[in-house]
Amino acid sequence: MNRDLPDTKKQEFEKKTALSLSIREKQFRFSDWFAEKLIKAVSFFSIAFVILIFLFVFRETLPLFSGKSGHDKIENSGISDENANGLKPESYVAGEDDQAGDELKPEVYSPDEELKPQVYSPDAETQDAGELKPETYGDVIPETGSSDDISYANEGSGDSYEIGDEAEYPVKTLFSGDWQPVSDKPRYGLLPLFVGTLKVTLMAILFAAPLAIMAALYTAMFAPPRLKEIIKPVIELLAGFPSVVIGFFALTVLATFFQQIFGYASRLNAFVGAIAMGLAAIPIIYTLTEDALNAVPRTYTEASLALGASIRQTAFSVILPAATPGIFAAVILGIGRVFGETMIALMATGNAALISANPFDSIRTLSATIGAEMAEVVFGDTHYSVLFLIGSLLFIFTFALNAIAEFYFKNKVIRRIQGK
Amino acid sequence: MPMQPKRKIPIPGRVFKDVMVKSLTGLTVVLITGIIVAILIITVAGGWKNLTWEFLTQFPKDGMTRGGIFPALVGTALMTLIMTIAAVPFGVITAIYLSEYASEQSVFAKTIRFAVKTLAVVPSIIFGLFGLGFFIKFIGFNIDNAFNGGELRWGQPNILWASLTMALLTLPVVIVSVEEAIKTIPRDMREASLALGATQWQTIKNVVLPGSLTGILTGTILAISRGAGEVAPILFTGAAYYVAELPTSLNQQFMSLGYHIYIMSTQSTNVDETLPIQYATTLVLLLLTFSLSLIAVILRYRIRKKAI
Repeated sequence: MNRDLPDTKKQEFEKKTALSLSIREKQFRFSDWFAEKLIKAVSFFSIAFVILIFLFVFRETLPLFSGKSGHDKIENSGISDENANGLKPESYVAGEDDQAGDELKPEVYSPDEELKPQVYSPDAETQDAGELKPETYGDVIPETGSSDDISYANEGSGDSYEIGDEAEYPVKTLFSGDWQPVSDKPRYGLLPLFVGTLKVTLMAILFAAPLAIMAALYTAMFAPPRLKEIIKPVIELLAGFPSVVIGFFALTVLATFFQQIFGYASRLNAFVGAIAMGLAAIPIIYTLTEDALNAVPRTYTEASLALGASIRQTAFSVILPAATPGIFAAVILGIGRVFGETMIALMATGNAALISANPFDSIRTLSATIGAEMAEVVFGDTHYSVLFLIGSLLFIFTFALNAIAEFYFKNKVIRRIQGK
Repeated sequence: MPMQPKRKIPIPGRVFKDVMVKSLTGLTVVLITGIIVAILIITVAGGWKNLTWEFLTQFPKDGMTRGGIFPALVGTALMTLIMTIAAVPFGVITAIYLSEYASEQSVFAKTIRFAVKTLAVVPSIIFGLFGLGFFIKFIGFNIDNAFNGGELRWGQPNILWASLTMALLTLPVVIVSVEEAIKTIPRDMREASLALGATQWQTIKNVVLPGSLTGILTGTILAISRGAGEVAPILFTGAAYYVAELPTSLNQQFMSLGYHIYIMSTQSTNVDETLPIQYATTLVLLLLTFSLSLIAVILRYRIRKKAI
């Protein structure tokens, strides 16, 4: 990259005015040269940061794949997935009944959680998995935060694992359906987190995209110029709302409000989270869509109007089709925003790692899992690496989304509008 | 003279459709605006009673069920201050490079632009992970090993690492604002400066930078507004549930308004009882970020007007 820089520099100077060219070539000033190099070096940092982010987030996940686990790796195929799944629910019956109900918020958990490891006994392994399932979500909420809880879990992994199971191979549990990182048999199934994230993202975009696109259409096509000047900054102000404020609003107001309307069981669920995240995504989609609509050349509108079409017909048959790639890019960036949203997910989605199609069930998203559990894990632990793995996946995903929006759709817009 | 149509030829259903579409799209605007106003009104209604001078200047009391948010305010202010010191120079310099030195074709400049856009869309929690993995675990641990004989002083969450993490997050905000402002400076002014014999750096220093001061200010304000409200990056890079005294050195943890709201509304011992405190804290944070972005919007509007 560096080698072709002089060439491009030269081209650039040739394009600049002859005057500045001649000044450049006439004399060499150290201060000028130094300033340019320094500025260039500093601006290189933004590239470096992206690379560093990737490197260092990924670096922490490496122990997962290099198999640094010190324990003897005896695999016991006798313990099936379902069986292991069934072990834990049994052990919680004492403390968990009242919690499994509607309030899945972290604060509910503090005292009872300590019962967990004590009640657990090997006998539980013989229990049947199926009927215990409903309680599973009690123990998949590990953000309880009490530190003795975690140390206990670690002891557990030292002592009771001689029998050997997937916990010795954390990588193998990554594709399972249970997210139970803080238990004596930790399982790091990412499936429920993925399902939850996709579910909430889908719902949030279904809520936000039509609203934002229609609002942008109104602003760009129908609104009187004066009103336009007011609408734009007001909706952009929504982008200035911290996500923790939106999360708080969802937690205290929206959750109760929607519960009264729909009468669902768990107050905090995917639906409430999706609405709140949609609110966060609306300004992004709105602004970018509005830009895309405004980027359509004015001649298009004028030609359409001259042919006798109404503004509505122009908007839907001329402007919208021409701006479609730009609108897609806007929606994609909105998806990226919702996908990585942490605080709203943490506060409003209930944080229970369930796999279900019901929009009113609690879910746990990838980013919320990191946010809730990272502060409590032991550095270098498997759990710690798994959280960083989730982070890497999130990073790669949003990076790809951004790249798609940036290169594919932007080029399409340019090509379409220039008629190539 | 061609005959002018006296009135539009009525096409059945067309007027109705036009009105329908216009009002439907207008309705979405009303809905979104309504939600914004509702959030504001509910927050103000829930919080203004508690928003007293004592609330702003006292420490939390009785296990955070009473008292004020003074340490959170100071923590947020300190964090944004360090963040600004770190982010603004980087942002301004990158913006100057992109608009003054780099050509549109240069691969290097294109890569920088893409990197900046990536930084802008990467989820904030990833910055938190990066802060933990890079600042705390890599730089912090190595500093401790090299200078403090392994004693844990920098290799743990603290206000410096949190601020630097936040600076990364707000870097694109600064870059975009400053670049936008620099673009509004007419080309003639640069050419006049160069024609008088000034070098490119002198032109930037004496013409471009003074002209883009408003933009730099806008970028800084927007960055502060964003940084003050973000919680995810500082969740595990420095924010504390409670500190007994204000941070006096850079390697101490701090309380932040956003984190305070999060903690109080999800993990405090008595959520319902502390609801007024939560509302009041939210109101303070909202007022802070809201007024900052309002100032930025006005400034930006003036920049754009100047450009036209």
